[in-house]
Amino acid sequence: MRTQVEDDKGLTHEGLKGLRDNILLARSQKIPHIVIPSGTCCQARGSSDVVEAFQKAIERHSLQDKVALRTTGCGGFCQSEPNVVIYPEEIYYQKLSPDDAEEVILKTILEGRIIDRLLFADPITGERFTHLKEIPFFQKQRRLLLSDNLRVDPTSIEDYLSIGGYSALSKSLREKTPDKVISEIKQSDLRGRGGAGFSTGGKWELCRKAKGDVKYVICNADEGDPGAYMDRSLLEGNPHSVIEGMIIGGYAIGSREGIVYVRDEYPLAVSHCKLAIGKAREYGLLGHNILGSDFSFDITISMGAGAFVCGEETALIASIEGRRGTPSQRPPFPAQRGLWNKPTNINNVETWANVPLIMKNGASWYSLIGTEKSKGTKIFSLVGKINNTGLVEVPLGTTLREIIYDIGGGIPGNRRFKAVQTGGPSGGCIPSSLLDLQIDYEGLKEAGCIMGSGGMIVMDENTCMVDIARYYTSFLNDESCGKCLSCSKGTQRMLEILTDISKGNGKDGDIGLLEELAIVIKDASLCGLGQTAPNPVLSTIRYFQDEYEAHIKEKRCLAGVCKDLIFYYIHPEKCQACLICSTNCPVGAITGGKGLVHIIKQDKCIKCGACLDVCPTRFSAVVRLSGEKVPEPVVEGVKVIRKREKDVNT
Amino acid sequence: MLTLRINGLDVQAEEWWSLLETSRFYGIEIPTLCYHDGLSPWGGCRLCVMEIGEGENTRLVSSCTYTAAEGLVVRTHSRRVMEARKVLVELLLSTCPSSKTIQDLASALGVQRVRFKVDHDDCIYCGLCVRMCAEQMGAKAIGFVNRGGKLKISTPFDRQSEVCRHCGACMYICPVCQLRCQGPEATGVVCGSCLRPEPTCLEFYPDQMCYMGSAGDCGTCIREAKRAQQN
Repeated sequence: MRTQVEDDKGLTHEGLKGLRDNILLARSQKIPHIVIPSGTCCQARGSSDVVEAFQKAIERHSLQDKVALRTTGCGGFCQSEPNVVIYPEEIYYQKLSPDDAEEVILKTILEGRIIDRLLFADPITGERFTHLKEIPFFQKQRRLLLSDNLRVDPTSIEDYLSIGGYSALSKSLREKTPDKVISEIKQSDLRGRGGAGFSTGGKWELCRKAKGDVKYVICNADEGDPGAYMDRSLLEGNPHSVIEGMIIGGYAIGSREGIVYVRDEYPLAVSHCKLAIGKAREYGLLGHNILGSDFSFDITISMGAGAFVCGEETALIASIEGRRGTPSQRPPFPAQRGLWNKPTNINNVETWANVPLIMKNGASWYSLIGTEKSKGTKIFSLVGKINNTGLVEVPLGTTLREIIYDIGGGIPGNRRFKAVQTGGPSGGCIPSSLLDLQIDYEGLKEAGCIMGSGGMIVMDENTCMVDIARYYTSFLNDESCGKCLSCSKGTQRMLEILTDISKGNGKDGDIGLLEELAIVIKDASLCGLGQTAPNPVLSTIRYFQDEYEAHIKEKRCLAGVCKDLIFYYIHPEKCQACLICSTNCPVGAITGGKGLVHIIKQDKCIKCGACLDVCPTRFSAVVRLSGEKVPEPVVEGVKVIRKREKDVNT
Repeated sequence: MLTLRINGLDVQAEEWWSLLETSRFYGIEIPTLCYHDGLSPWGGCRLCVMEIGEGENTRLVSSCTYTAAEGLVVRTHSRRVMEARKVLVELLLSTCPSSKTIQDLASALGVQRVRFKVDHDDCIYCGLCVRMCAEQMGAKAIGFVNRGGKLKISTPFDRQSEVCRHCGACMYICPVCQLRCQGPEATGVVCGSCLRPEPTCLEFYPDQMCYMGSAGDCGTCIREAKRAQQN
């Protein structure tokens, strides 16, 4: 039954256009906008306090009518949070504290002056940039989806309408039959952004053609990869784009019901999504007879409990139905028999967000972006040992070098780049020799990785690849649902072998056994989790076999990470008995008082590395060694330090 | 009826048959652990994997859950399949070496070593008990709890179940807890004595002592005879 609200606001196509014009008219007055990104990541770095400080500062100067404050989703440049963008000039201030609010209002808003110390400075050249567009991190990207995050307040449907929101829906409903919508999506060559890269249009067509009166459309927001958060950012920052995509998808497929499956660990995404659905319903963009057509569609939210495997289609369906999140055999595919045994179409958040873009601008426009087989842009979350941590949106086909060096700003401390893990735990690592690899579905597959949802974890020379493989295998072993013996037991045995290797108990033949086991896990497991679980091990063996061999044969960890294979040692002739290391040692393992050579008691040492960190660089007495015998310690308390009076520059 | 090709033979199958049912119908022996005729298929032990497809695009699927399809090309004992089954049995042995069912499987597949750590976890998480309880006993008293390394089979919240009737069906169907080997203790993880019986009853007794299948399978009688000799 239609409610009163729906009847009042039940928009038609003309009504929607009129509404947008009205919003734009009301906003035509050009006043400066202070935009403060406040996604979960921003809030974790204190953006809420900054927002409050700005609100107070605006009130204090009675500027309520002269400047507008808007909190939005994450802008993508997480390294610089909390940050502020001041429109219309797009002045970009980074790493603000609440105390800076007053100064920004006084100098920049009232006097139009730039505050140099708040500007972004390039970590290598030190050059400062005033405007958002000039910052290399943003300049080299093609932000089709992410740029809207800074333009709309996710809690306001008016904001989304003002930037042309829901016009793609209006266009699709008015001008196109469902089949035409599908052919448009097919023409655009949009491929699933969840990782497998299946043609979205093809998937929709299968579901449309499937027999059944009731069909479901599901948005998969169960983003579980460590280090990946683009889906969260889109749902938090621009939920209406996802909803609009789902409505168009529902129209094309012939579905009346959509479900957003989102993890409970994303509270802000859940609340923004709920709010957006409520607003869309209020405006008649969801519900009966959308925009005066005979198409009806509604969306509900289903929350997951954080199991990684529930990102897999069949497990996700089981979870929504209230069963244990366990994958099941395909075929039948969800498009034939999915949720409640009805044809179901599942797409990832980013895929849905791309749909309005394609419908608005046309398939031919979209297919100009990207490579021959992979079209459009893809958001990657660039994390790990990288200068500019954040969300990066680039056309598919961009090389890894461009992403890591041009956009990511390289590795901190000028350390050497070693590898990048793509596709989350079940992806694989790409070594530095493949830096010029074009990032698209095919290229990654050839390198032994997968696109996955788009996590990119950068590793530098201080990362041990055996340890990385061990970490990911332990994650996957924890997250295996336990159905397939090959996956649950296989990853457990794999983890045991890797742990042995990292503890120096590796045996000859372990690498061969790992490979043999990996092939069976890949072959014999049912779902994507099991079939890709050995990827971290296989790809690290493929590119870094020397590290495995060093661990097994020489008991040496080249990166100095595996604690059982390293020890710390103080060079007696370099030690100046400054007491810094012994006072900083958390377990009191360093003996030797004033004037006496410091000695690390190896049996007490927990190998935390605190002594190495604090030993003054001008002495460099503490070293981390691996693969050799612990040198015989000097006799305790006897040797008095030989001070090298002149060469120590204090 | 559907026509599909199994191991090079064109065979006919009903539309609802699984690949496993079809293969067994035509007399091809397929090892299984989590499959039972009276229960819905689960596809957990993966021992019944078969290679489907042609050319380079072949893949392994669990035959108990994969429905027969027109024109499908299936190989039940290809090299890839056998290698997978062997490693799977090796994994099973490392988990539950005291099970006669698993030792027999190992013997049948020629698995002679276990290269993994051996822990007597004993449950192989085949889920037969869970399905038995739900589908045949109608009780649904037990289920899978947790995932990954914490996985176990238990009653809700580990409390004494109100719906459990202590019927014992779960124990009856379990392939590993009921069929403990009663024979002499194996020297290593892999026993294999059943397929290589030595010595046979007839060396100690004038008549075959064993009425439970092939002579000398378990060796209990011989052990007792030896003990009697010593006394």
